[in-house]
Amino acid sequence: MKYFVCVKQVPDTSGKVAVKADGTMDRASMATIINPDDLNAVEAALTLKEANPEAKVIVITMGPPPAVSMLRELLAMGADEAVLISGREFGGSDTFATSQIVAAGIHHIGLESDDIIFCGRQAIDGDTAQVGPQIAEKLDIPQVSYAADIRQEGNKLTVKRMLEDGYMTIEVRTPCLVTCIKELNTPRYMTVKGILECDKKPYTVFDYETLKDEPLIEPDTIGLKGSPTNVYKSFSPPVKGAGIMLEGSGKEAVSKLFATLAEKHII
Amino acid sequence: MILSEKHQMMQKLFRQFAETEFTDELLDRLEETGEFDWDIHNKMAKYGMMGVKIPVEYGGQGGDSLAYALMVEEFARVSPVLSIYANTSNSLGAGPLLYCGNEEQKQKYVVPVAKGEKILVFGLTEPGAGSDAGGTLTTAVQDGDYFVLNGRKTFISGAPFADYAVIYAKTDPTQKGSKGISMFIVDMKLPGVSCGKPEAKMGIKGYPTSDIILDDVRVHKSDLLGPLHKGFATAMKTLDGGRLGMAAQALGIAQGCLDESVKYAKERKQFGKPIASFQAISFMLADMATEIEAARQLIYSTAVRKDAGDPESSRLCAMCKLFAAEMCNRVAYKAVQIHGGYGYIKEYKVERFYRDARITSIYEGTSQVQQMVISGNLLK
Repeated sequence: MKYFVCVKQVPDTSGKVAVKADGTMDRASMATIINPDDLNAVEAALTLKEANPEAKVIVITMGPPPAVSMLRELLAMGADEAVLISGREFGGSDTFATSQIVAAGIHHIGLESDDIIFCGRQAIDGDTAQVGPQIAEKLDIPQVSYAADIRQEGNKLTVKRMLEDGYMTIEVRTPCLVTCIKELNTPRYMTVKGILECDKKPYTVFDYETLKDEPLIEPDTIGLKGSPTNVYKSFSPPVKGAGIMLEGSGKEAVSKLFATLAEKHII
Repeated sequence: MILSEKHQMMQKLFRQFAETEFTDELLDRLEETGEFDWDIHNKMAKYGMMGVKIPVEYGGQGGDSLAYALMVEEFARVSPVLSIYANTSNSLGAGPLLYCGNEEQKQKYVVPVAKGEKILVFGLTEPGAGSDAGGTLTTAVQDGDYFVLNGRKTFISGAPFADYAVIYAKTDPTQKGSKGISMFIVDMKLPGVSCGKPEAKMGIKGYPTSDIILDDVRVHKSDLLGPLHKGFATAMKTLDGGRLGMAAQALGIAQGCLDESVKYAKERKQFGKPIASFQAISFMLADMATEIEAARQLIYSTAVRKDAGDPESSRLCAMCKLFAAEMCNRVAYKAVQIHGGYGYIKEYKVERFYRDARITSIYEGTSQVQQMVISGNLLK
């Protein structure tokens, strides 16, 4: 039994977002963090592993070599193995190409009948929420998105999906893919012991050579060339000014609002 | 000193933990009630903080002295008192056992302490024996398979909720000064053991400190720690490691003071400008940052040298404690000064830091005791 967790290293957008002259994000000048939703996915896998100790938690990411620092942290949290998919051929991939490559990576390791793939709902840099579902499609397995609760009984998962206006509970058989939201759990910290031992755990790099014979990998479906979407422009939206709270009862507040709007000649 | 990647990861872990878990609500509660908070203790224990520096075979995390210093620094930066929670087990608590306990004692006491299941405290100070630990009046008299302990230990941090205490007692009254002292592991539930009323302290509230009174306490000889009559040398060795930790605590407090001061100096406006734009304030900040960095380099490098078995480490640990504690008090003074009247108000963090800082040059060896150690080493 394997729990794959797909993770992404993202720029820390809680600080200032740097944009290059060509409109793309200047990732090099920004601090990087593990995508927050992905940490919930890692925690989900580690929690299920506590009940199924024979399961192996494999964290997998695609990115440049520095992404190894993120993988080390995940190993220090308790993941068993880490895989970095990295190569020039994969650079510039959009969500379509990325999911193609990550799916190929998972296929290369081997997806078995009792395996589960966990993803974060979406990454804070692109906010597309597309990679997880696309990986499931490429691997031809069922997917459940927005998981707020996950229970496993053998090959059956019961997942509570959190939707805008309520919950939906779904049963699904493995192998399957689940995308996780922050309401699912609180990610654990690393431990000092985990940090000291993380280098002893298996860490593998998959480059183009490793994956080139995978059926999903075609030169025209990966990298910039294989990406149907192109980023036209990135920018930081203007900062909104602080709002004003109007105190008092409904009627009182509304008359204050009218007075303020009239004062500013808006109405 | 450039931290290794592993130590950088640990620093990140400790910082994240402190910034997330040490909430304002928790810190206010500790300050108001003065009581030990088991929830945060248990959370620290869950992540192995109680045994950061304790070997894996004794239930710890297997970290080194630098890992321990980084933890205490990062914790103290947010909460000086909570840095003590995870400190004691790693230094004065398990220290004497790791130095000279036998295998059975280590398994019995260190393992649960490293896991945070039991709390072990250090009982050296007495009403008449503070800086002069050689003036110990507590006695232990052998009676068959037991030692009978009588005496009073004072200012024992953690005593009111401890499971065990390492107690120093005179076993050979014919030997003078620090000689003829032995160490015992005393179960706090044994008949004859009681605690005084928790002291009302200036700072470090939320980690009760009290006397331990020993009245004909019968301690089995299997709980004699280390060789008979030779406990004091072990106490001194344990104090070296403890001094490094307390230096790291002082460093963390100072850094917390600087963080708050920089933030405040940018926000607070006087004469139409942020006060940070005035040289009187910005130069104070520059001095604070420089002293903090000097202490940090001294502490980190001493941690590494101590683990490498450097024969100078005893002197270096005393230097760390002396410099960091005095520096911490200077920095806390300036932090309150920069905050002006607001720095005197409890709502502002520097008010608490200022009170907490004061103990750093007193406990685990006053600055003057550190000066005695350093000068004694120089002039021998």
